[in-house]
Amino acid sequence: MNSNLRRVRNAVVLIAAIVALWQGLYWWVGDVALASPLATLRYTAKLVASESFDTHLFDTLRAFAIAFALSVVIGLLVGFWLGFDRLSGDTLEPMIVAAYAIPKLTLYPILLLAFGLGISAKVAFGVLHGVIPIILFTLAAVRNTKPILVKTGHVLRLSRSQMVRWILFPAAVPEIFTGLRVGFALTLIGSLLAEMFASQRGLGYLLMNGIGLHNVELIMSVTFIIVVFAAAVSTLLLFIDHRLHRRT
Amino acid sequence: MINRLIVYRALVIGAVIALLEVLCLTGVIDKITMQPPHQIARDLYRMLVSGRMNGAILKTLNNTLLALLLALGVGIIAGALLHRWRGVRDTLDPLFATYYAVPVFAFYPFFIVVFGLGDVPQILIAFMLGVVAMIVNTLNGLDRVPAVLLKTARIMRLSPVDTARRVTLPAAGPYIVTGIKLAVAYAFIGVIGSEFIMSRGGIGYEISFAYLNFDNATMYPLIVLILLASIVINAFLSRWEQRLLVRRGMR
Repeated sequence: MNSNLRRVRNAVVLIAAIVALWQGLYWWVGDVALASPLATLRYTAKLVASESFDTHLFDTLRAFAIAFALSVVIGLLVGFWLGFDRLSGDTLEPMIVAAYAIPKLTLYPILLLAFGLGISAKVAFGVLHGVIPIILFTLAAVRNTKPILVKTGHVLRLSRSQMVRWILFPAAVPEIFTGLRVGFALTLIGSLLAEMFASQRGLGYLLMNGIGLHNVELIMSVTFIIVVFAAAVSTLLLFIDHRLHRRT
Repeated sequence: MINRLIVYRALVIGAVIALLEVLCLTGVIDKITMQPPHQIARDLYRMLVSGRMNGAILKTLNNTLLALLLALGVGIIAGALLHRWRGVRDTLDPLFATYYAVPVFAFYPFFIVVFGLGDVPQILIAFMLGVVAMIVNTLNGLDRVPAVLLKTARIMRLSPVDTARRVTLPAAGPYIVTGIKLAVAYAFIGVIGSEFIMSRGGIGYEISFAYLNFDNATMYPLIVLILLASIVINAFLSRWEQRLLVRRGMR
């Protein structure tokens, strides 16, 4: 209980510090470059109430949801495969790690050419960002399963699928969840980036529109909405993550 | 064993390139979408020999390097300080956890207004992207310095500077190199992404210019160049990381 209380206090202090910094910056640079916290809140309320906003939000959420679902499915499948199969794992893991460190943003013109301006480009970009951490964490989780658990499985003569279902998966869950948490953040940033550079709809497009029109309030409001959403979900996932890790 | 793995890896890469080549030549992937790999290689060679992109390439590399150095310096120092200030660190933890889900590029117009449309906004964006990876990995590394080493340092009455130089930094080294790897990628993303959005030059600017003009002969070589550069840098850093790990007996 005590630690929960401390966590809430920390969050409040952090938010207060950010708002204070924001207000201070606003006083320093003025209306040209920044909207004050209060003005941003007011504009956000107006924006959320406006009719076109729903379509943008829905578009982003749909692309993100599809991208994340695909990242999870592909990531888990590939991760389990590479974790099981020593040779494929050893061969491909360094290449996947290298792919993780590639500035994937530079690939966006290729994706645009391949998928066009629609939702598929956004989904592809989201998956491109999100799937790699899920693969890598799953792979590591499967490989680092305690040998005694696997031996027990062998002694009990479990089939391969039973082994996954009853031993490998439960043992790997905390680590896999960390992968999902990282994958969530990266899929979100991936689909938003795709919207910024390659889309006609969605929150990323709104943001880019604001940048193009130099509508400071719009930029700040969209950023604000994205930050609040990302922060809320990440905090929740982090909380579950800590719980899962504490259990083992 | 290791050599066989390298052969397999080369085979995988070769197969992917061959597949792309076949798909392009048979027209499954049309010419407007992608050029066959051998043509990209030829275009890249010609581009580098002619030197027409040298200005853009130098500008981007320069800004990336500056942002990277800033992120390294500030990140390591901030990480070391935060490691001491437990309270501040706990407060900032949720920020670090959500940081990379936030599109930092949203702050780019703000920087342009404040600093003008020059190199500074791009460097700042790249710095903002890289510095948090550096801080998080430095903290991670410092957390894992074995207590016995610190005790030994105390017994030998090392000064704080000597402790940092001879004990803490070497022990946390591999993790800091992991941070550098991420920071390199983020520095590239920051600079090139900003160039995509709004700029007066650089590789990102040239790529989006070529994209708008359907100039695949310029676009693909530039993209491949960036990918190659980041992969080569990453490979070197990974080597270094492995060497450090081996030397610490962690592998």
